[in-house]
Amino acid sequence: MMSIDESTAARVAKLARIKVEPEALPALAQEFNTILGFIEQLAEVDIEGVEPMTSVTPQNLRRRADVVADGDQQAAVLKNAPDAREGFFAVPKVVE
Amino acid sequence: MTDLNKLGLSEARDLLRKGETTSKEITQACLKAIEGAGALNAFVHHTPEIAMERAAAADVRIKAGDAPAMCGLPIGIKDLFCTKGVPSQAASRILEGFKPEYESTVSQNLQDAGAVMLGKLNMDEFAMGSSNETSAYGNAVNPWRRAGEDTALTPGGSSGGSAAAVAADLCLAATGTDTGGSIRQPAAFTGTVGIKPTYGRCSRWGVVAFASSLDQAGPMTKSVRDAAIMLEAMCSYDPKDSTSADLAVPDFEAALTGDMRGKKIGIPKEYRMDGMPEEIAKLWDDGAAMLKDAGAQIVDISLPHTKYALPAYYVIAPAEASSNLARYDGVRYGHRATLAAGDGITEMYEKTRAEGFGTEVQRRVMVGTYVLSAGFYDAYYNRARRVRTLIKKDFDDVFAAGVDCILTPATPSAAFGLGEMIDADPIQMYLNDVFTVTVNLAGLPGIAVPTGTNSQGLPLGLQLIGRPWEEADLLSSAYSLERSAGFVAKADKWW
Repeated sequence: MMSIDESTAARVAKLARIKVEPEALPALAQEFNTILGFIEQLAEVDIEGVEPMTSVTPQNLRRRADVVADGDQQAAVLKNAPDAREGFFAVPKVVE
Repeated sequence: MTDLNKLGLSEARDLLRKGETTSKEITQACLKAIEGAGALNAFVHHTPEIAMERAAAADVRIKAGDAPAMCGLPIGIKDLFCTKGVPSQAASRILEGFKPEYESTVSQNLQDAGAVMLGKLNMDEFAMGSSNETSAYGNAVNPWRRAGEDTALTPGGSSGGSAAAVAADLCLAATGTDTGGSIRQPAAFTGTVGIKPTYGRCSRWGVVAFASSLDQAGPMTKSVRDAAIMLEAMCSYDPKDSTSADLAVPDFEAALTGDMRGKKIGIPKEYRMDGMPEEIAKLWDDGAAMLKDAGAQIVDISLPHTKYALPAYYVIAPAEASSNLARYDGVRYGHRATLAAGDGITEMYEKTRAEGFGTEVQRRVMVGTYVLSAGFYDAYYNRARRVRTLIKKDFDDVFAAGVDCILTPATPSAAFGLGEMIDADPIQMYLNDVFTVTVNLAGLPGIAVPTGTNSQGLPLGLQLIGRPWEEADLLSSAYSLERSAGFVAKADKWW
């Protein structure tokens, strides 16, 4: 069984873009191990030749005509932004 | 007339149509009940102005003889549904202050059917939880108590506020959502009825996403008849949800014959878990006997992959959640952390999400991130999806053999105390969904019906699982079970 150590826990937190303080990592790693230990039961199942489920009801995703159906709602789109300026979402500097 | 808030949907509808009461009167009774029920913490955003405005409009329509199915009936809406101009924050800090500029299809359908919104209901954060203890609003409290005790009990989760509000007669009915049991478990914990329809029946558009391949909305009500009325109003084909089913919505209420003759009810042996409490086993046996007395044939069935449903769910649901919740980045809506000098965009994401997401949500997002990460995608995520195929096949085989409905317990126990699970590992909490989660993985309709009480006087429920798209038949079987069980107990008012 795969065991998660603190550095793996830190890597996962980084991938998930959630800040985790170093002192919280041991407990987090322990929790991951408990959950993954539970999930590990899936290894017992014979899945030879079984397709992964993509849709629970047999259906093809519908397509619609490739035309503009909505839009021109800048004010509504920006209404809930924590920081909107001059018609845009504002974020900290991205490029040096 | 007194206690109009205690009415169910069908009784209130009939009184309204006979002109014996008005929507304004019923709505006022509910608003008063809500005001006096702060201790339950069920309603977390109150919309009395909207309610009275819609009630007045409904009264006009009723008078004019133009009353759609839910006309004038006051209901609560789970906080997971986006409601235009009204806070909709999925019980999360990260959506604090968010007021959608649009209305979810399901709540719009209900509004179009004349329903009156009383406010938004408490829930587990992002619907992740089985006890309503992960909510940013604090716990919702079950109106039921153990006989002779005043321990605060969970109303279940994630639709805990909905269940508490319906059980305590704060509204006539409420919306819920169900990803792994979040309608059926709280219904069972509060002596109410809750149905999760077939995946695709209710549009997911405008419902805050948790695990998109599993999420379905459904009604939480005081009776099976009410569930039929409200489900029909909620369902529709919606081009805005690519998985919405383009199928006619039947008249569910008209199908409530309760006629069980010729029906075959399956009892899955794998659900008789080791250590199942005697009172749950008895409830289940009694339920089977009731359906048999009503004319059904009871058959033993096997769903061999049942054991693997919870582990598969705890790969698939967190995986989808980690993807869905990536949108909460502090840019477009909701909370953004205060940044330190020199912090860039990555620090903004990381601090915002650490502050905005609660512990359980963080845990699931990270588990989901892990099972989707390079090197583990096949071992965890793809394996879980292949096991899901087998779980669905178990059900397909049983239905192909002529079984109409499957009867199981809804939950492994009655409602437990708030805080009782605090020291347990997360898996213990996840086990609450052991009987319900298979139904989401297979996309089937499932309904919880209260059929008895435990030795401490708490309600217990049974679950009926139906064939895909056959909610009408499922509701009729549930109606038979409800009539035979004759469950009428209510929580004694202490709040």
